[in-house]
Amino acid sequence: MREITSEEIAKAVENLCISSNCGLGEDVWRALREGLENEESPVGKEVLEEILENDRMAEEEKLPMCQDTGFIVVFVEMGQEVRITGGDICEAINKGVINGYKKGYLRKSIVGDPLRRNNTGDNSPAWVHIDIVPGDKLKISVMPKGAGSENMSIVAMLSPVEGVQGVKRFVLDWVREKGANACPPLVVGVGIGGIFEGVAKLAKKALLRPIGSKNPVPFYAEMEEQLLKEINNLGLGPQGLGGSTTALAVHIETYPCHMASLPLAINLQCHAARHGTIVL
Amino acid sequence: MVSSTKLETPLDGEMISKLKIGERVLLSGIVYTARDQAHKRLVDELERAGRGNRQPNLPFPLEGQVIYYVGPAPSRPGMVIGPAGPTTSCRMDPYTPMLLEKGLKGTIGKGRRGKDVIEAMKKYRAVYFVAVGGAAVLISKKIKSANVIAYKDLGPEAIYRLDVEDFPLIVANDVYGNDLFDEGINKYRKVKE
Repeated sequence: MREITSEEIAKAVENLCISSNCGLGEDVWRALREGLENEESPVGKEVLEEILENDRMAEEEKLPMCQDTGFIVVFVEMGQEVRITGGDICEAINKGVINGYKKGYLRKSIVGDPLRRNNTGDNSPAWVHIDIVPGDKLKISVMPKGAGSENMSIVAMLSPVEGVQGVKRFVLDWVREKGANACPPLVVGVGIGGIFEGVAKLAKKALLRPIGSKNPVPFYAEMEEQLLKEINNLGLGPQGLGGSTTALAVHIETYPCHMASLPLAINLQCHAARHGTIVL
Repeated sequence: MVSSTKLETPLDGEMISKLKIGERVLLSGIVYTARDQAHKRLVDELERAGRGNRQPNLPFPLEGQVIYYVGPAPSRPGMVIGPAGPTTSCRMDPYTPMLLEKGLKGTIGKGRRGKDVIEAMKKYRAVYFVAVGGAAVLISKKIKSANVIAYKDLGPEAIYRLDVEDFPLIVANDVYGNDLFDEGINKYRKVKE
């Protein structure tokens, strides 16, 4: 049994909330720069230049790159040899969010009730996924998810016979209709299989993968590559104003599903592809 | 680098009828912020005033003005405003035609507007500008002063009066019904091989 204190967890989440809002991973920088180099549209080039300059300023001045500092989504992989002491893990995570959003001057964007809508004032609560895995480590990934991209996401229960072409058609149609509002260039998270509530989680988890990574199964790696090409052929471009850089990556995650179902989820991520991970 | 048109608020019909989609603009002057809830309150008051046959009691005059769809992040001590990039405009679509009817001349946001708003911009001669979504820090440096003037209870969704200088924008919809999003996608779409 390995003990980890709730205090340690709260502090880790606090730091990740701030760092993930103010800085991007190397993989995202690389993808944005490549996008700029290859972008065919003059407006598209200017938009990408503005984004890169903004993100550079944010990192230098330790400011959040986007005013929508998001709803915090946390993925926890808890080794089954780990024991949390000193308090409830979810309370610790929310404490980390509250402290991080206060110290980091991050925007408090959460309302406590979806219909009556009073701001909670501290950006809590977070949405926490906890999975138990073998081992004695605690892996915490924090993703500030903005509403712009989140609002342009969808779960659909396709019919099995729609198959590969049906899935691709759905993704392309969705990105064409909704992509401009999600702040392209996008990272497109796709979940296929599982069950209604699970396929959405797959699509979101797909967004944690580094840009440039491929699905380990060649069939899906090829599908990711084809979809990326076809999405970029749509011509939406940066901010949807026309161009060749509509998406930086397509990540597909899959799971077994019922023989009568073909669950599909698309979770769009904007160009501020923010997330941070720590292993305790 | 493409050249930019310098524009100052308040905007009048003549100057904005010269703007073309895709034109780069550097906007200076006073701009008001408002998002979903603030729009609802403004339009509710306009409707109440209409029914009651009286002048509406609005926190700012609409004639010739520009609304920027933004909810800024908190400012650090010594900063005028926190990062302040645009929010998605189509959420404000249901309220925009009425504001345009009452004299609003420009809106700033990101993403596409719906058909009703595009028609209303044609009818009442107003334009829609896009600012780059996510360029929040860069945009905040163009804001010289920021004061909450209404709906403080809405927190980041309150109405701010901003004094901006050379705020970089792109004309997305002109007064003739043209749409940069449509033009762009048509120009850069590649036929499937």
